[in-house]
Amino acid sequence: MAITLTPAAAGRMKDFLERRGSGIGVRLGVKTTGCSGLAYTIEYADQVGVDDRVFEDRGVKVLIDAASLVYLDGAEVDFAKEGLNEGFRFNNPNEKDRCGCGESFSI
Amino acid sequence: MALLQITEPGQVGAREHRCAVGIDLGTTNTLAAAVRDGLPQTLSAAVPSLVHYRADAAPLVGDAARGASLEDPANTVVSVKRLMGRGADDLAHLPEWFGYRLNCDNPGVPRLQTAAGDKSAVEVSADILREIKRLAEKALGAAPDGAVITVPAYFDDAQRQATKDAARLAGLEVYRLINEPTAAAVAYGLDRGADEELIAVFDFGGGTLDVSVLQLDKGVLRVLATGGDSLLGGDDFDRALADWLAAQAPASAAFARTPRTLRHLLAEARRAKEALSAERAVECRLSPPGCGEWRTELPRAQFEQLAAPLADKAVAVCRRVLLDAGVQPAQVQNIVMVGGSTRMPLVRARVAEFFGRELLTDIDPDEVVALGAAVQADTLAGNRAGGDEMLLLDVVPLSLGIETMGGLAEKIIPRNSVIPAARAQEFTTAKDGQTGLSLHVVQGERPLVSDCRSLARFELKGIEPRKAGAARIEVTFRVDADGLLSVEAEEAASGARTAVEVKPSYGLSDDEVERMILDSAAHAGQDMQARKLREVQVEGRRVVDALMAALAEDGDELLDAAGRAPILDAGRKLEDAIGRGDADSIRAAIERLEACSESYVARRMNRGIRRALAGRSAGEFG
Repeated sequence: MAITLTPAAAGRMKDFLERRGSGIGVRLGVKTTGCSGLAYTIEYADQVGVDDRVFEDRGVKVLIDAASLVYLDGAEVDFAKEGLNEGFRFNNPNEKDRCGCGESFSI
Repeated sequence: MALLQITEPGQVGAREHRCAVGIDLGTTNTLAAAVRDGLPQTLSAAVPSLVHYRADAAPLVGDAARGASLEDPANTVVSVKRLMGRGADDLAHLPEWFGYRLNCDNPGVPRLQTAAGDKSAVEVSADILREIKRLAEKALGAAPDGAVITVPAYFDDAQRQATKDAARLAGLEVYRLINEPTAAAVAYGLDRGADEELIAVFDFGGGTLDVSVLQLDKGVLRVLATGGDSLLGGDDFDRALADWLAAQAPASAAFARTPRTLRHLLAEARRAKEALSAERAVECRLSPPGCGEWRTELPRAQFEQLAAPLADKAVAVCRRVLLDAGVQPAQVQNIVMVGGSTRMPLVRARVAEFFGRELLTDIDPDEVVALGAAVQADTLAGNRAGGDEMLLLDVVPLSLGIETMGGLAEKIIPRNSVIPAARAQEFTTAKDGQTGLSLHVVQGERPLVSDCRSLARFELKGIEPRKAGAARIEVTFRVDADGLLSVEAEEAASGARTAVEVKPSYGLSDDEVERMILDSAAHAGQDMQARKLREVQVEGRRVVDALMAALAEDGDELLDAAGRAPILDAGRKLEDAIGRGDADSIRAAIERLEACSESYVARRMNRGIRRALAGRSAGEFG
């Protein structure tokens, strides 16, 4: 079971954590979104929860709760620029279907 | 896919995907849809808009009520949409086919007598919406956050309000009511197609026909004109066929015209009609409970012969709406077909022939409105990215205005104005020292108030007493995105202000709207004469009043008895002429009065100037 970060993603996460000044790492997760399946989440993590799994890749601590891990196992997080937008992106082998706007996915 | 940012812990879900449904609350069927995975999808099969009330149990809705509609018609409400927002007067001429017992103790809100007590149309619709909400929850796994509900373009204030009330009663938050044709065009994605385009929406449902012409201009969808026939729909085809079947049946199968037999006949007629959209012939079996059985073979050609007059009527509506929009059939690029009745090959052929073009029929005509509403609901719920937002513009079906002197209706928001709309107009007082103003809000195309529909009356009080015409009263009409009207009046000097939300106890029925529009064309000449007369009467009255006021002030001072006599005489003659109501003689009398009072008026003016100058040094004018 593992999650990996691309160099770009890891670099950005480090930058963001430094700028924030606190936090032990980054928490990845999935949430259900009412009527269109699942969506990814990325939050700052301040503490490790009881059912969290902790990975470390390229010097960044990545926390995922057990329930989310099933959906994210083997995923890679990338940082990308698209036009004026930039942000993180999940390359998730578990993903079967994605909705039109790209906000949610299903497995 | 979307690019994500790192958020603070605990904030996830702040901008959650909200679950919004679109609901096509139809005369015959009701259907909900929602955008899932980026595409609008229906959430269940269509639910027949039927409610069966039972004495000691929850009402049955939809298919569950279907059987009961044959067995116990008196306690089964069908086509309740036709009753929405209608008063007892409107219901007096309901066809006998409905077979309802009405309780009209409150003429504004007639109630249907059922085994579960008296039910208003709003309550019955709420029962249907509750069922839809339950099905939506089941399909989505969560209660919908809000809904967009479609209404016919012709629904007036009262009918829209009633629809909103029903949704609220069912526990649904209404994001917006949108017009059915607009929803249909959205479902076809026509709002994202060409830069400029004309679209016709032919919505032929169970109970009504609505034809709308929409104009697309750089992503903005605007309703150019809309019209229809509220008493023409699939039901009428069923009825025509049922009548024919009843007439063909041999005496041995004599069917009594009881509500039960009639519903049975109608059900069989509908089955035959639907089958004939695909088959070239169908066998009709009639066996109403308590009557004999009778079978007959019905070829499509025979049905089409019965249906032809109705199809002709439908095409006539198209012609009228296009005329209203100032559009030629050949200019319309896309024709969207909506409603189950557009499945009839005869209807499709006639409409295609009229426009001289292929019709859009790819999306299920029974689902297209709900799907479009779902797209709109998704947008309003904030689930679409910024640039994706769609601007929907609708129009008011009938002019809205206010009564002015002499019983004339002054239009403030003209028919077919784009909504939401706000327009203000300035009015003034008619009499010296007037401190109040009675405002009468009317709806209609005719210039005389007596020919328009009264929507509301309210009073503006606390105006500072001044000379007639000195007060400035601003009257503002606002029609919100749902087509509901509010009126506000404000007097500038005193700041006196009053407002009213127009929620008439009952509004206009669709056919009244239709009739009022047709009337305004038919009576154009007569109306113009009437308007001219009222205007000249008002002017004459003003001239007489002003002169009498002046004479009372300084008549004795500036005129001797011989000088006053002809003026008084001319004044009396003018009053007589006003009373007789002939525009030309009033105008002549005004001229005579003005002519013989000319020197008196000149003397008053000279004296006024002398008074103004008195006591001032010449230097002040240097």
